[in-house]
Amino acid sequence: MITILSGCYLLPLAIAVILLLLPKNAQSAPKWLALLATSSSFLFALYLFFIYDRITGGFQFVTRKPWLSELGISYWIGVDGISLSLLLLNGLVGLAGVLFSWNVTEKPNLFFSLYLLVVAGAAGVFQALDFFILFVFYELVIVPKYLLIAGWGSTRREYGAMKLTMYSAAGSAFVLLGMVAIWALGASRGIVTMGLPDMLPSASEYSNFTTPKEQLWLFPILFTGFAVLAGLWPLHTWAPTGHVAAPTAGSMLLAGVVMKLGAYGALRVPMSLLPHGLEAWRWFFAFLGAIGIIAGALAAMRQQDLKFVVGYSSIAHMGFVIVGLMTLSPSGLSGAVFQMVSHGIIGALLFAVVGRMIYERTHTRNLQILEQLGLSQHLPFAAGTFLLASLASMGMPGFSGFVAEICILFGTWQTMPILLILAGLGAAFTVAFTLIALKRSFFDTPQKTSTQLQEPQELSKEATPQLKKEKFQKITKPEIIGALLLLAATILLGLAPGILMGPITESLHGNYFEALFQEVTK
Amino acid sequence: MVNYPHLLFLTLTLPLCPLLAFALSLWLPQKAWRISATLAILGQLLATIAAAALFWIFLSPSPLFTSPPHTSETSRYYWNFVWLQLESIQFPIAFLLDPITAAMGLMVATVSLLVFIFSLGYMADDPNSGKFFTYLSLFTAAMQGVVISNSLLLTFISWELVGLCSYLLIGFWHQKPAAAAAAKKAFLVTRFADIGFFLGILWMQAATGTLLLYNNGHGILETDMLNGLSSTLAFGTITLSNAIALLIFLGAAGKSGQFPLHIWLPDAMEGPTPVSALIHAATMVAAGVYLVIRLFPLFNAAQISPTDSTLPLSVVTWVGATTALFAALLAIGQYDIKRILAYSTISQLGFMMLAVGVGAPIAGLLHLLAHGIFKALLFLGAGSVIHGCNGEQDIRLMGGLRKSMPLTFLLYLIGTLSLAGFPILFCGFWTKESIFHAAHSWPLSQVPYLLASFAAFLTAFYMIRQNATAFSGTSRSLHHPHESPPVMIIPMAFLAALSLILNLFLTPAWPWLEFYLERKISSLHFNPSAFANPEFLSTAILSSCLTLGGIISALLIYLRARGKEPLSSFLGPIYSALENRLWVDEFFRLVLVKSAQALSCLFAAADSFIFQGSVVAIAKLATIFAKIVDFIDQFFVNLWFDVICGGMKDWGTSLARISGGRASSQLRFLAAGLAALLAWLLFVLVVQA
Repeated sequence: MITILSGCYLLPLAIAVILLLLPKNAQSAPKWLALLATSSSFLFALYLFFIYDRITGGFQFVTRKPWLSELGISYWIGVDGISLSLLLLNGLVGLAGVLFSWNVTEKPNLFFSLYLLVVAGAAGVFQALDFFILFVFYELVIVPKYLLIAGWGSTRREYGAMKLTMYSAAGSAFVLLGMVAIWALGASRGIVTMGLPDMLPSASEYSNFTTPKEQLWLFPILFTGFAVLAGLWPLHTWAPTGHVAAPTAGSMLLAGVVMKLGAYGALRVPMSLLPHGLEAWRWFFAFLGAIGIIAGALAAMRQQDLKFVVGYSSIAHMGFVIVGLMTLSPSGLSGAVFQMVSHGIIGALLFAVVGRMIYERTHTRNLQILEQLGLSQHLPFAAGTFLLASLASMGMPGFSGFVAEICILFGTWQTMPILLILAGLGAAFTVAFTLIALKRSFFDTPQKTSTQLQEPQELSKEATPQLKKEKFQKITKPEIIGALLLLAATILLGLAPGILMGPITESLHGNYFEALFQEVTK
Repeated sequence: MVNYPHLLFLTLTLPLCPLLAFALSLWLPQKAWRISATLAILGQLLATIAAAALFWIFLSPSPLFTSPPHTSETSRYYWNFVWLQLESIQFPIAFLLDPITAAMGLMVATVSLLVFIFSLGYMADDPNSGKFFTYLSLFTAAMQGVVISNSLLLTFISWELVGLCSYLLIGFWHQKPAAAAAAKKAFLVTRFADIGFFLGILWMQAATGTLLLYNNGHGILETDMLNGLSSTLAFGTITLSNAIALLIFLGAAGKSGQFPLHIWLPDAMEGPTPVSALIHAATMVAAGVYLVIRLFPLFNAAQISPTDSTLPLSVVTWVGATTALFAALLAIGQYDIKRILAYSTISQLGFMMLAVGVGAPIAGLLHLLAHGIFKALLFLGAGSVIHGCNGEQDIRLMGGLRKSMPLTFLLYLIGTLSLAGFPILFCGFWTKESIFHAAHSWPLSQVPYLLASFAAFLTAFYMIRQNATAFSGTSRSLHHPHESPPVMIIPMAFLAALSLILNLFLTPAWPWLEFYLERKISSLHFNPSAFANPEFLSTAILSSCLTLGGIISALLIYLRARGKEPLSSFLGPIYSALENRLWVDEFFRLVLVKSAQALSCLFAAADSFIFQGSVVAIAKLATIFAKIVDFIDQFFVNLWFDVICGGMKDWGTSLARISGGRASSQLRFLAAGLAALLAWLLFVLVVQA
């Protein structure tokens, strides 16, 4: 029962427990243990990715044990190309997050224990094949998330943590409601199961699991429930606030992995199980996704806090995921999954630079102050990393974001051309706010007169005492390693997207999405 | 199996050598900037040699390369690879080699090499010169990617990368606020235009299922596909090929600074001068024209009869002619030596677009190639002037440079006369001549021809104005101008020589380059009687008169002006309108930037008031509700609870007396309870059985 696959979540889970048992004054052991846990989780995923049989496709490394058989619930795990890609992402971002938290000194054992619980929960979601198991892991993420933000966060951390948790809990409530409804509907027809592959419409014996009419109300409940976590507009406001409040590693996990849990759940459950509901609602949700792209980009343009800028950019990028999913075309769907991975990497990197490299050195994220510092002179490595990450984020060729965007937009062209106007404008605004933020954060001129600014008081205190080179701590080795890891991943995927795209496309191939696609393009 | 691997290897050398130089020098510290520079120049040198070899193979079947004999139809090689496959959709990366590629590649490589060498002198004192050469290498790699591309996807990728390099290099001195702002503006304007290009690509992929230009009869520029595209209606009366071509033209117009998207190019002069020479004069800004030339069959598809023009080509013509005249007018009102050149670049790009639009892509390409050489020369000359005047760029504060910088003056004069199109002796004359000829025979209207002719007059005028103001008279400079070092002069001399030599290959008597590009070089003959052709003579004489008129009137006005602007009092408000660039920038700032800002305010406000507000309101409501419930709890439920508890407590006390209150005895009670439960379960099971 303990396979390499389950090791992806069991090992972080076990080490999370061990960390709690460590003496409170242990300073360096927790981070090394956390590094061990996340890096082995990543390596396990990498190993599975290499031995995954692409020719056979489908779910592999499957373990299934009956558990609550009376309720049709079993411990059932396994992965296909989509879940493998996201497992890889989870491992990578988890690993980088530990590297960027190398300087956490406040109760490190508790911090890393909670951190590993989030990683373990996410890894569990990405391999669960039983709806109930998936839900349990999904919930496992939320509570440690709250504690991480409330305990180690920065700006308005209690508020942010509470807001995030309330939103997630509301989403979970919808998911729970949908789960019970699906189970009950199945049970009323004599089919007692929670296994996701069992409930697929393509598995013929269960084809009348739910009637088209029932799907019409089931779909929005489940989809909204999951999509709250994916930052669906207008249920997105938890995300910027939560990102800003979270500690660096927390916002990296939030943007990198947790938002993807929502999108992944939405793809795995409502979209895969309820084709009639999907067909009826897809325009509605695609439209919300497209508005999310524009709204996120425009709102980002107004922000004065650099972390809010990045937070809103996540909304825009996740809008692309929603649109891609709703296109139903092979290109759009693969692009959406690819975008999940791509934005996971890029978003994590952006938050790492803002939260760790900038904030912990300058103790401000206010762009009005940052533009006075001329940071590119003091922190050239951070400036270079932020430049590359920004380029990746705005969809520059050579980085993974470009591949995702071209696939999603091509899919949009095929089935929902009208949305291209919104998405295209959103892409232009993304460039605009990214360039503005890039310029103001790192590449602005320090000599500007302070009369132009609104808060000369604050400035004279914080910025004007000539921040000299020696005032900022140098960029540390773990930061460099973490940044290079993430950069290498986004560039590798940008140059050779086939590595992930192959298995992803293979996993989407042959299910009923194709039939739906044929239908909508007719 | 790859056909002609040696040709593919040579073709790929063009981008890969600079790319390798970029990848290596990325890791070098600034202290090692000389190594970065050496790497860049070495990579570029290899690329130039490869480009020369590629240029050579189309001359005649050569013993070096075992390739088939070149006839007009077969001299095209392409290599197609799949980059990304999604189900049945393929995103290809592909390379194309034909005379157009070869000529363009050679021009780009040569100009790049010379500009790199020039930069050795120009950037020697810059604290970031290593980074400068690194970026330049990346730029040439990407630019050659545009040149050799056989797939719209590769074109787009390289297209974005050259845009990125342009952004990085305009903002190279980002300590200057103007430079940082210019970089941002350039990137935003071109990216905005690129949305059109991108949509065109998506549409093309969706409509034809391929992005390859040539693919053995199935490429988008081949007859079958073009027929299909031009016989399908996109909407209204616009065919698919027209719609896609117009979208792609939007991207090309952005990159090539066509009116009204030209606004970024003059500001881009904030970058170091070698960058302006290479990127914003000779190569990248010409990429838009190159793209339209490459895709000419697509733009020209569905032509009903030879006396008609397609919609996209008409648009190209009118936009090109307007740009040519508009930018030439604005150039008169500028004082910055580089900005004048920038407006002249825009104007010349308009000429090229006009040529393509009226159905003479090869004429446009000839002008592009010649312009690349002499405009690079002019910019390097401007760089030499700025270097010699310690950074001064205002021509009113120069004067008399003829004496202090004699070599620069001579070379700059060659560039000036080439650009002005001085009759017969300079190459700009011949290439412009073929454009006029094509425009004159355009069936739809003569207005573009007239606009272009007037623009040619203005070109001569503003170039002589600049030259006379900066180089003649007495020095008005605050510094002591000095001649530039040989490392800067020699590349300029090379470019000047090239532009003079090129002259020989462009005359109607022996139009060697034109025949080369049209792939019919084997039928070239020396034919002096072409000079006497009345068609040629009519346009040639008119344009000669206009050019000479421009030169003479500018000389009369400016030779004695001593840095004053005689036109400003003569033309009054018109001139100040020109100085203010006709407020196009202000218009854009007002309309686009403000509206984007307003929208962004709206969405940010929506977030913080409506969505956030509603959530907060719900939370408040919940709190109020909780308070009410709490109140009820406290005063009603609790009251009863307390009463009951009071009773219970008394009762409990009495019970406790019975049980003794010890843990062991309580456990006993628990055990008893469990036993009772089990008994009940057993009973139920028995009854069910």
